[in-house]
Amino acid sequence: MIPMNHYLALSIILFFVGIYGFIARKNMLAVLISVELVLNAVELNFSVFNRYLYPERLEGMFFSLFGIAISAAETAVAIAIIINVYRNMQSIDIRHVDKLKG
Amino acid sequence: MELSSNLIIFYLLAAFMVVSAILAVASKRIMRAATCLLFVLVGTAGLYLMLNYHFLAAVQLSVYAGGILVLFLFAIFLTNPKGDAAEPHDRRRVVMGIVASLCGAVVAGFIILKQFCLYPVSDTAIGDHEVNMKVIGTALMGTEKYQYLLPFEALSVLLLACIIGGILIARKS
Repeated sequence: MIPMNHYLALSIILFFVGIYGFIARKNMLAVLISVELVLNAVELNFSVFNRYLYPERLEGMFFSLFGIAISAAETAVAIAIIINVYRNMQSIDIRHVDKLKG
Repeated sequence: MELSSNLIIFYLLAAFMVVSAILAVASKRIMRAATCLLFVLVGTAGLYLMLNYHFLAAVQLSVYAGGILVLFLFAIFLTNPKGDAAEPHDRRRVVMGIVASLCGAVVAGFIILKQFCLYPVSDTAIGDHEVNMKVIGTALMGTEKYQYLLPFEALSVLLLACIIGGILIARKS
């Protein structure tokens, strides 16, 4: 069996690659892709902790399951908003979307 | 022997996922980024299979790789009039992103290293059995302790709200 910290290290790398993309990218869809990377890393962590620390229980697996469903819902709404922004401003660059900025 | 082959498969998958993730956030073409995200998600399904969560791997493949990726592709088609419009990278943002993610990764990696040097995890505690589908179904549909009917129903209401909200936001008024 693979040591648990290998999974955790992989999860850390994926999470912070996602954080980097969230800060550095300017296309809204690219930012959303980075958010998906972060969520994916977190769900991997949930199931790894469940499998290695409490293998007779199912809580972590169900957290991952509900997390996947919630991220699907979040993506659907975010993409609807992005399409609407594009229709109103002809751009999905986050530097151009500043109408709500005070 | 079996252990080493498991390790090799894990390392191959991990390297594949890390490279795809870095390409997904570094590539200037948004279409390529979405494809790399697909590779990361499929690799994660492979890791779930290695953890013996077969149902979770199936859900990951069908919801993430099947549903969310199609949403992304349609959004890219609908919002990109000039084809692959390359976005120029902003140096300040890139530096800020690298600094932030490196700081966080160093802190989290230090915590994990310290934890596993102090308390090495025992191999005897690891369950290697597959989760029975019947057990998952009972836990998902029960109302007792450690059963999940209420979150399940709340999630269905959330999905319905998201469907209606998505239609309402994205339709032409």
